[in-house]
Amino acid sequence: MAKKQYSFYPGCSSQKAASASNYMVSVDAMCDVLDIELNEIPDWNCCSASIGYAGGGELPRLALSARNMALSEQANPDQDIVATCAACWLATKETQERLHEDGDLMKETNEALAQAGLKVKGDQKIRHMVEVLIEDFGYDELGKHVKRPLEGMKIAGYVGCQTNRPFGIDGESFENPKYLDKLVETMGAEPLDNYEKKVSCCGGALAFSEPEKSQALIKDIIESAYDGGAEMIVTPCPVCQMNVEIYQDQINQKYGTKFKMPVVYYSTLMSVAYGKNGKEAGLDGQVIRAKQLEEVANK
Amino acid sequence: MSDLNTQMVEQYRNSFLREVEANVEEGDWVKMCMQCGVCSGSCPFGPHWEHPPQELFMMIRAGKREEVLTSSSMWMCTSCYNCIVRCPRELPITHIMHGLATYAKRLGMAPKEQPTMKFAQKFWDNLSKTGRVNELKLGISLYFMNGFSEGVKTSLKMKDIGLNMMKAKRLNPMEAVGGHKCKDAKGLQAILKKAQEIEEGRIANSGYAK
Repeated sequence: MAKKQYSFYPGCSSQKAASASNYMVSVDAMCDVLDIELNEIPDWNCCSASIGYAGGGELPRLALSARNMALSEQANPDQDIVATCAACWLATKETQERLHEDGDLMKETNEALAQAGLKVKGDQKIRHMVEVLIEDFGYDELGKHVKRPLEGMKIAGYVGCQTNRPFGIDGESFENPKYLDKLVETMGAEPLDNYEKKVSCCGGALAFSEPEKSQALIKDIIESAYDGGAEMIVTPCPVCQMNVEIYQDQINQKYGTKFKMPVVYYSTLMSVAYGKNGKEAGLDGQVIRAKQLEEVANK
Repeated sequence: MSDLNTQMVEQYRNSFLREVEANVEEGDWVKMCMQCGVCSGSCPFGPHWEHPPQELFMMIRAGKREEVLTSSSMWMCTSCYNCIVRCPRELPITHIMHGLATYAKRLGMAPKEQPTMKFAQKFWDNLSKTGRVNELKLGISLYFMNGFSEGVKTSLKMKDIGLNMMKAKRLNPMEAVGGHKCKDAKGLQAILKKAQEIEEGRIANSGYAK
């Protein structure tokens, strides 16, 4: 297959030494195997995620994503925009939809962008990395690159919210999407069937502002994975990954549980199965080590 | 519909609904709610809402301006989008909740100590300074948002999480002095300033804002 090129929007959490830097490391390793070239949008900015709304309001928020689209149109005009972060993907897609639906908003947004000499059309397709994998490669092709199948691992596919709603992945249902389970299977592991928390909310940004309410949700997400016999959780979202992984000690303290469940990205699983070593797969970025994957990666 | 009838409908429509339609993001959808309650039943924070979305929609139509805008309810939205995909009438409920919260804050009517409101503002200030989020500064400002002594307590409580993240190289202490940023942060700020001006102008001219 020929090299595939995309206009890449990494997002704040994927930057060096940021909270999802391990995600980026594993995405790079995965793309190396699949011969994907990610052309970073020059000087991209934050999308304001799902929490900036109350500080910024509507138009300033849309202007943020519009600036990224405008820069992408200049630098990588013939490529689809691809994001690895659920919130980045959602905010950019939402902005595109809003601008095309409402001519006044499009006009006002361009009026704002003109302050920095920019102009947006918003015609580039905006996609999540998972869509690239499923639609531009397909499970069969993805499976061909597996060198070390993740045999004997039972993994709960936690899709979460924003990679799934409101846009979701084509052909998947909002209530019971299967793509993550299929990816797990393609890598040679066993997906957890009937994982009832697979699209439940982890609290998102409110894990910071409403920690107790959010941790109650997170507890259920982890507990249900344990109940099904999973030894690991996999997710496509940086906020899901962080929220479900890093508060386990606090949850154990509060609820008397003994959680120690590794939470990894689909790209972590894929780079390990594709033969990358632990560092290349970002396994050193786990707060709760994924020992099962380390064993395979360091073979 | 006759002109007179149209005129009467316009004249007697509840004015808070019209205010919401004019000034709240996606507010013109509110009248479409059919009160089925699927949104309220689908919300992960459902039990924590004083007035769940379905109720807020009815309250808006009933003109309960003060009760709606001073409520903490819409600040409970986690942006999970469950309500959006399940609403039989396809109301963009998540956005309306964000819009109501933002509007209440804009009018100075939101509860003063609402933690998500404070966090949202800190997040916005943080990102608009350099164009990219500085996670270290955001975290620290969040711990200290309820004053110094509360901040020390929260920092101690969160110490292990911070250390774990640093050990995993997912939190950089050096962000305290520098950190990631856009090269054209000035241009970005000019864009945001203009967008804010346009939006404020739009609301000021709608005839309802204070």
